[in-house]
Amino acid sequence: MQFRVVKKPEISQKQYFLIMLAAITLALLTSGLFILLLGFNPLGVYASMIQGAFGSAYRIEQTIVAAVPLIIISLGVAIAFKMKFWNIGGEGQVIMGAFFASFLALNYQHLSRPLLLLLMVVAGFIGGALWGLIPAFLKAKWDTNETIVTLMLNYIALKWVTYLQYGPWKDPASLGFPKIANFTENAILPKLFGVHIGWVIALILVVIMYIFMNYSKKGFEIAVLGESINTARYAGINIFRTILFTMFLSGGLCGLAGMIQASAVINTLSVEVAGGVGFTAIITAWLGALKPHWIVVVSVLFAAMVQGGSYIQTAFGISAASASIIQAMILFFVLGSDFFTKYKVVIGSSLPADRKGAK
Amino acid sequence: MDGVLTVAFLKAAIIAGTPLLFATVGEIITEKVGNLNLGVEGMMLMGAVIGFQVAHVTSNPLLALIAAALAGAIGALIFAFLTVSLRANQVVTGLALTIFGTGFSSFMGKGLVGIKLSDEFSASFTSIKIPGLGDIPVIGEILFNHDILVYLGYLTAILIGLYMYNTRKGLNLRAVGENPAAADAASVRITAYKYGHILLGGALCGLGGAYLSLVQVPVWQENITAGRGWIAVALVIFAAWNPYKALIGSYFFGGLDIIGFRLQGTGIQISQYFVDMLPYLMTIFVLVIVSLKKDRKNAPPKALSEPYFREER
Amino acid sequence: MQNGSVYVSMRDITKTFGNVVATDKMNLDVAEGEIHALLGENGAGKSTLMNMLSGIYIPDSGHIFIGGKEVKFSSPRDAINAGVGMIHQHFKLVDVLTALENILLGKRKGFLLNKKQHYHEVRKIMEQFHLEVDLKKYIYDMSVGEKQNLEILKTLYRGARILILDEPTAVLTPQETVVLFKIMRRMKEQGCSVIFISHKMNEVMEIADRITVLRKGKTIATLNKAETNPEELTELMVGRPIDLSINRIERVTDKRVLKVRDLRAVNEEGVEVLKGLNFDICAGEILGVAGIAGSGQKELCEALAGLYPVKEGEILFKGENLVGKTPKEFITRGISMSFIPEDRLGMGLVASMDMVDNILLKQYHHTKGFLKKKPAAAKAEEIIKKLDVQTPGIHHPIKNLSGGNIQKVLLGRELDSHPELLITAYPVRGLDINTCLRIYDILNEEKKKGVAILYIAEDLDSLLGLSDRIMVISNGEITGIVDARKATKEQLGAMMLGKKEEEYAV
Repeated sequence: MQFRVVKKPEISQKQYFLIMLAAITLALLTSGLFILLLGFNPLGVYASMIQGAFGSAYRIEQTIVAAVPLIIISLGVAIAFKMKFWNIGGEGQVIMGAFFASFLALNYQHLSRPLLLLLMVVAGFIGGALWGLIPAFLKAKWDTNETIVTLMLNYIALKWVTYLQYGPWKDPASLGFPKIANFTENAILPKLFGVHIGWVIALILVVIMYIFMNYSKKGFEIAVLGESINTARYAGINIFRTILFTMFLSGGLCGLAGMIQASAVINTLSVEVAGGVGFTAIITAWLGALKPHWIVVVSVLFAAMVQGGSYIQTAFGISAASASIIQAMILFFVLGSDFFTKYKVVIGSSLPADRKGAK
Repeated sequence: MDGVLTVAFLKAAIIAGTPLLFATVGEIITEKVGNLNLGVEGMMLMGAVIGFQVAHVTSNPLLALIAAALAGAIGALIFAFLTVSLRANQVVTGLALTIFGTGFSSFMGKGLVGIKLSDEFSASFTSIKIPGLGDIPVIGEILFNHDILVYLGYLTAILIGLYMYNTRKGLNLRAVGENPAAADAASVRITAYKYGHILLGGALCGLGGAYLSLVQVPVWQENITAGRGWIAVALVIFAAWNPYKALIGSYFFGGLDIIGFRLQGTGIQISQYFVDMLPYLMTIFVLVIVSLKKDRKNAPPKALSEPYFREER
Repeated sequence: MQNGSVYVSMRDITKTFGNVVATDKMNLDVAEGEIHALLGENGAGKSTLMNMLSGIYIPDSGHIFIGGKEVKFSSPRDAINAGVGMIHQHFKLVDVLTALENILLGKRKGFLLNKKQHYHEVRKIMEQFHLEVDLKKYIYDMSVGEKQNLEILKTLYRGARILILDEPTAVLTPQETVVLFKIMRRMKEQGCSVIFISHKMNEVMEIADRITVLRKGKTIATLNKAETNPEELTELMVGRPIDLSINRIERVTDKRVLKVRDLRAVNEEGVEVLKGLNFDICAGEILGVAGIAGSGQKELCEALAGLYPVKEGEILFKGENLVGKTPKEFITRGISMSFIPEDRLGMGLVASMDMVDNILLKQYHHTKGFLKKKPAAAKAEEIIKKLDVQTPGIHHPIKNLSGGNIQKVLLGRELDSHPELLITAYPVRGLDINTCLRIYDILNEEKKKGVAILYIAEDLDSLLGLSDRIMVISNGEITGIVDARKATKEQLGAMMLGKKEEEYAV
């Protein structure tokens, strides 16, 4: 008895889809087992999660609110990943975008609302973009490991905002509580159909990024560079500029998400502005196969999981962290399932039946 | 800075560097066998929370440490299964492991936040002065008057170093990370080597996390590692995949980690938050320096993060 | 055949990869003390069959017998234990280890490394087989010939009685080949079975006792060398009579398209890799470049194509100095030069993309705004028709095509821009004879149109047959430029090893 791995012929789209579906099902089953071990009924918990995410108009709105930053950051991460630039600094780029936007919101309250908001959007983008340019420059110039640099920059950004929140930007009106002053009304994004307008921005960005990645020259160059640096050089692509441009865009999108979070969701700047969404976006970008339209689907599902997770915390007393465990579990299974799209495992004797007869 | 570089500070730097050392050596052995596991932070957190949980319940230090190492190894097992057997992308799998470990520790640690381990438990980790060595002026106090895990850290780095460079298995291990096809043709069991060393690496990361939660802090807090896992990943590059050099790097960063407290004592006017940035800034700085002078001696294992499949054509 | 007993026997061996049947019920018998050649084109299944004998691949079905006993290998370890050792085309050596460490790899005897003791054991084997290897040298400091000797030594040290050499001469100079054949004969005298994989007829005729011909995954015939001839073997190998001679078309003009003057370049470690090269290429001329692998061929091509930094010197293309220009400037400014790089999928093409995107790679610079895929798709269809590319369609990822078809896509795209200068690095490497001949034809057609061609190759036969002149480089220097009609292999071999040719035949 032995088993071994052999290569599979190319599989169809449908088979691919089925394998993915099986992976997600298995992930839910495994998580369910885990929930069972905790002494709860997994079906009940899952049902409550769905309830918590979509059970009422308000909950649906909340799920969309949670999905907006996830979508935008995933788009940003995806374009960097497409270039095989492992930008795991989404978190820091969100924070810096929020910081830049907040600077305007707190200091230029006298501007008209459209103008201030527009400036904040630009500032948010630039804040994130600049934060993204640091690892890009180091990578392009000296081939410095971007994974770690982007990560370190997350912590630095976080410490920076902590410093502001506990120091110079602390709201004197908050009676010593370490909090930055709330934005005035004209620095807060308006709502459309009950949800802040960020969702419209997110959808527009999805369309733009779809076109950018599939039909633009720059998008093509990024894809080529991601596949092979030598081919990119051969094709006359300016490696240095492409890396910088891509990370400017990637960080910028994350920064824009930061602006939206600060302006529309928490109405101020705080250390919680990113709250781990920069990491979740890595999962959603990957699960969405770096394709903008799939990213929307995955992001909404994940946002639902987060909302559902916090709901079951109140309903069952299960920690909200369970949502991130389930998310990681899905990612594990999908990562593993990719194998079955390329290979198959042959179990049993390595030789077909005829050889046994021959002996 | 005279006021900062005291014996007490350097001694404390060794303590603060110990979790980094375990994790760095663990990651070195993982990368040497050709797998880039970015789940160090996650495995440390898993080790930290499980170790703490067991310590809290049993008050048995040995059990707590074993449990922590096992927890780290289980995290590594997930990674090994996905990247070795199923050839998944190592970068993303490692990130997933970190996300998983973070969620896992916050889940498991929910009821533990703020709990302090018993004094009798902590008593198992009081400093032991090594006879002879501990009596050397200055150095003796800095290096040889510590709790047992600090010594275990020294021992781990040195033993892993000896293993890598002076044993037959160590030779095979290095070959697997450099050129698995060559090692395979020379009948080294690639899969066994990969699993074995990835798991060992994970166990060491778990121990590193446990040192934080059991000895250094002894009170459970969420996200107790605060990015140390990532610093360990960077330290691997800094140490040029050499366990002996990992000793230097870890204790240096241990020093950076605690420099804030020292500076406050000396009355130097600088915000605590900027001082807190130091280890992260220094990590970037070190990475840039390392990437400036690339040579064969400091190069990563050649087959790092590439899956190996014998029948690939 | 020297002594009659069959030692290795492979029966009905079948192996598939995905949809591809690599070996289809193949058979092979090898005796003790014989040199047995496996002759076949690329893709015939030679390497796959031997990978199964050495435990790297596991056959889907079939039997292997060694010394009369059936064996079933599930890993190289099993094969080594049964006395089978294989020397792969791509050496299986760990660069950062020494020769001795590489030999000791994977052996398990004792916990600590006792290098001294093993050193003497290895020396003994070296004496027995007259092998010369510096055991303390690191692999990255070794020449190809040294690495090969080390591979042989490694295999012998493991007690191999059956040695498989996979195209061992492909990367050797004629002189190194002579040494290798001596070692092979010595192994035969010691009673080893030597299996020699090759597609070079003259070498097979020189060294083999018996020859098994494979074609498209099937065993065609096993012949005694004494009873056959190259023509018969070629026909068996290709499946039909074939004219192996390469036509040389006389060049017509003396118009110089490219002048290279005192070209110097240094690599990342600061070592000079091009040491002041001077040469010209005329319109309608094929200038062959011969040299040991790693003598500066790659750097030369890339420097000409603007991909490698030039330290000093001039590259004058129709009078214009190209030094300092980027590949993008080449494309946008219409410098009509094309470069077919050695690493087709790693440099010339994007493996995971389809034909359309790969054609876009050279066109998209010219378009404004968005990508224009339609013209590229039309081009793709055109190339498929013109060069007879076998592909399921223009939207099929390039990496799934065979090597020959990949090369055709690359050539097709590059020739489409009607270059005046064509730089080709190892354009037929890894391709079957028919595709090789087709590529030679294509090059000759371009030559006829007046294109200047720089043709880098490792196969001296094709260099001698195709080129007008051959430039030999050794260690970054030109050791001579000779007339291809008058040059001999021995002369080229000596020059490849660094012996300067004094009389320049321009």
